[in-house]
Amino acid sequence: MEVNEVFEKVKHLFVDELGIDAEKVTMEAKLEEDLDIDSLGIVEVVMAFEDEFEIEIDDEELTDVGTVGQAVNLLHSKL
Amino acid sequence: MSNRRVVITGFGTINPLANNVSDTWNKLINGESGIEKITAFDTSELPVSFAGEVKNFDANEYMGKQNARKLDRSSHLSIFATEEALKDAGLNSEERLGPNVGIVFGTGIGGIGSTEQAVRTFDERGASRISPLAITQLMPNSSTGQVAIKYGIEGPSLTITTACAASANAVGEAKNMIQNGIVDMVIAGGIESGTTAMTIGAFAQIRALSTNNENPQEACRPFDKDRDGFVMGEGSTVLVMESEESAIKRGAQIYGYVAGYGASTDAFHITAPAEGGKGAVDAMQKAIKDANLAINDIEYINAHGTSTPANDKNETAAIKTVFGEQAYELDISSTKSMTGHLLGGGGAFESMVSVLALKNGIVPPTINLKNPDEDCDLKYTPNTALNKTLNVAMSNSFGFGGHNGVLVFKKD
Repeated sequence: MEVNEVFEKVKHLFVDELGIDAEKVTMEAKLEEDLDIDSLGIVEVVMAFEDEFEIEIDDEELTDVGTVGQAVNLLHSKL
Repeated sequence: MSNRRVVITGFGTINPLANNVSDTWNKLINGESGIEKITAFDTSELPVSFAGEVKNFDANEYMGKQNARKLDRSSHLSIFATEEALKDAGLNSEERLGPNVGIVFGTGIGGIGSTEQAVRTFDERGASRISPLAITQLMPNSSTGQVAIKYGIEGPSLTITTACAASANAVGEAKNMIQNGIVDMVIAGGIESGTTAMTIGAFAQIRALSTNNENPQEACRPFDKDRDGFVMGEGSTVLVMESEESAIKRGAQIYGYVAGYGASTDAFHITAPAEGGKGAVDAMQKAIKDANLAINDIEYINAHGTSTPANDKNETAAIKTVFGEQAYELDISSTKSMTGHLLGGGGAFESMVSVLALKNGIVPPTINLKNPDEDCDLKYTPNTALNKTLNVAMSNSFGFGGHNGVLVFKKD
């Protein structure tokens, strides 16, 4: 799967599942500051990723994930 | 400080009749029912297919999907009612209310819908798929916390879970908090959103609910010979309560006074009222005494009046014990005949009704009261509202667990 395809799937999850405004979801968007995803929300995001991409994500892998782009790259590397 | 008088300066409500105070009041005095076939879920497996649901409210539209999906429906309704109450009281809901404002909410079963959802997910998909929001949605104090966060309420907070007496106790405890000088203002309210499949099934199992599926609007018939149980309702009602001096200082409208509060416990049976309503008698007497009034000052009683055989008979007996011959002169009504039983949300809603009855000089009716029960022989304002100048009203709330909360309100 190409990076832009992963981004589109991630955007779809953020918009349809989490109710985030579509125009806010860019590769540069910061999860907490720009998308208002707090510590509980991150757990939801991870669960949504795991279901959508049929993968498992360990907590340690999230340490450096602060933006949509970083999340997309992590997912891309695991597919 | 204990002489401080406590006033109500704002109401907000969302309930089976309407989503604002004036439409709710107009429907009440016109004797309209808010009970309908349940629309939220499939009732084909349930013995009861009707309830008082909140209508025309879309939480996604109201607060945006990203916010709405984080909260249980009980918190959606609580925030809606609080926003309306703050506006009604002339407060700016965009500003934090701060440390001199408290919050006391009552609820029977909190975020029961979220509990049910989390259990389903756990059973179907395992522990790793339970929503990380489940705990914050299902805990009974969820609405109290969410409302406090949204409006910056930094004073003391309490969540009272005395079943169907919960928000009567909330209003009473809020009154004491203000009277004792702990804070100048309390956001007091009740919330219930328990019209879910499991909850209705469970209440039906203890034969507490009316099964009049053919005529939902006639199912709740308090004090009628043919009453066969209560009708589940949902909703939230919020009161802005403050010291009289605080209200006067900021030039707020005053709806009326919370003059007396009495609480007691049956300590008898987990669901059945004590024979003759002994606990109810104690709570009514304490409330009248707390208000520094005599029994003949009370003119209207908004009864608990659930439409169960046991409540209405025992509440009637309790009123007779407290008031003696005067019981036959009192104007009484059960507005649950129109809203259904809002459980933990009932006390706050009925506080609002009692105060509006004083302010407007109208006693709302008990609808569906067609065949009087010989054990229920007081003046229950059957079917038609009554125009009457009133000065003092009492509101009764009694809950499973044997909890009793009674409030006395004065017009001025």
